[in-house]
Amino acid sequence: MNDLRELYEEVILDHNRNPRNYPCRPERTNRSAHGFNPVCGDEFFVHLHVDEGIIRDIGFDGAGCAISTASASLMTEALKGRPAEDAQRLFSEVHALLTEERQIGGPGEFLGKLTVLTGVKEYPMRVKCATLAWHTMKAALHGNDQTVCTE
Amino acid sequence: MNAAADRPLQRGSNLFDVERVRAEFPILGQEVNGHPLVYLDNGATSQKPRRVIDAIRGYYESDNANVHRGLHALSERATNACEGARDTVRAFLNAADRREIVFVRGATEGLNLVAQSWARPRLGPGDEIVITTMEHHSNIVPWQLVCRQTGARLRVAPIHDSGALDMEAFAKLVNERTRIVAAAHVSNALGTINPVKEIVEAAHAAGAIAVLDGAQAAPHDTIDVRALDCDFYVLSSHKCYGPTGTGVLYGQATRLEEAEPYQGGGDMIRTVSFEESTWNDLPYKFEAGTPNIAGMIGLGAAVEFMTELGMDAIAAHERDVLEYATGALDALDGVRIVGTAREKAGILSFVVEGVHPHDVGTIADQHGVAIRAGHHCAMPLMRRYGVPALSRASLGLYNTRADIDALVGSLHKVKEIFDR
Ligand SMILES: Cc1ncc(COP(=O)(O)O)c(C=O)c1O
Repeated sequence: MNDLRELYEEVILDHNRNPRNYPCRPERTNRSAHGFNPVCGDEFFVHLHVDEGIIRDIGFDGAGCAISTASASLMTEALKGRPAEDAQRLFSEVHALLTEERQIGGPGEFLGKLTVLTGVKEYPMRVKCATLAWHTMKAALHGNDQTVCTE
Repeated sequence: MNAAADRPLQRGSNLFDVERVRAEFPILGQEVNGHPLVYLDNGATSQKPRRVIDAIRGYYESDNANVHRGLHALSERATNACEGARDTVRAFLNAADRREIVFVRGATEGLNLVAQSWARPRLGPGDEIVITTMEHHSNIVPWQLVCRQTGARLRVAPIHDSGALDMEAFAKLVNERTRIVAAAHVSNALGTINPVKEIVEAAHAAGAIAVLDGAQAAPHDTIDVRALDCDFYVLSSHKCYGPTGTGVLYGQATRLEEAEPYQGGGDMIRTVSFEESTWNDLPYKFEAGTPNIAGMIGLGAAVEFMTELGMDAIAAHERDVLEYATGALDALDGVRIVGTAREKAGILSFVVEGVHPHDVGTIADQHGVAIRAGHHCAMPLMRRYGVPALSRASLGLYNTRADIDALVGSLHKVKEIFDR
């Protein structure tokens, strides 16, 4: 049996209980997307205010499980104020963290707090939960207004 | 075979020897994540007893041939086995005639067949189809397709908060415009047993036909299509301890006769010329192409298994476990059962306050307990209850009170993890 406490890490439970930038659609939102996982019903909207290539503000609303909610919340914290270019790299690193044995580069530095998602790796069925908000964020940045499905 | 295996599974009229029944299911002996498997996802699919697995293996090892085609010995054996399964299913449903038993891929295909072959050629603008809020997507979407194709309109009968059908509202919805009433016999998400006899009577009084989705009913209790007087009834083999890929559409002979063929191909025709073809007799008119032969044989074995145990005994056993489970979940702080109709079959959906069903499912799984978390293919129903998803424990004939204790134990862990 895997240790459930590694999946339901303290920080994850905290972000699930009190999601940051939630429910929130920043006033000057100029990019939004809808993400949905039809298998479990997780559903988020991610809203961004991007200005001169910088993510000035970001928020999300919707509902999902602890993993998807915490991941979305951590994502908004990590991206606020960052260049939009960083978003893709961060997503790639989170994805690697969730699916690969070894992380690209040294963990922790670029990912920061996001390393708490490491425990999800032991639960392949839950990787889609952890990436739903990220896929949605990416769609918003690319101006893709189709619903993103992680299934 | 040992002597014990020769004894009938059921001792006496009401004694249900669940340990002996469990021993028939090879899959139940395993451990999952270091715990004995507790399988409580029977609403999604049931496990298969050894004799079903043996029947399928026996067919492939000794009798494999196409049916209704060859004149050789193997083809004759395969054909006899398939047609024997049809007779078994006929008796199981108490249908009047073996011609009324059509083998399909599952409940989903059965409902689509009725929609496309019976409804589509008949319906038009002004006609109405009545369903209920608690339907599975497979008893919603086929009717939406027909409505789009014909201009007919879909009406939805509401439910009470308990999950019981609002019969008053239902009666008002069924009127002279109604052509079809389609309802679940048992709801897969709530466990509600619908008053199907009344539903059929209301449909017939309005001049409509009644289509019953028995996917969740057939494994749990006696089905008597003649007593119900329904026009169509569907079930899925894999929820009845049989293999996947097979199901049954029961249709009253007159209804099947007036319906158009569903698919064209071999076996469903009598004569074919480039100008015109004529159809085979019932039920073959609806069984185009080589059927799922092993599936039919496996389903036959599964139905014999259930019949031997006795549907009354199965129902009584599951009722006992359901009552125990209901009491156990009710006693848990922060756990709320969704679906509390007075008449219920072995399905228990619930919410753990503050915890998403997906997280409940993962934690239960880590303790060897298999339950389902999700929308249960009933998105409109989730909306009705204002939840994105539900956790669901669904019973089979091999479940015990000890299985419920394991479920409750895993729910304590959920609270332990989330309350810390
Ligand atoms: C009530 C109900 N109807 C129909 C179906 C569809 O059955 P199948 O997927 O076997 O075709 C199900 C299965 O989940 C069900 O629970």
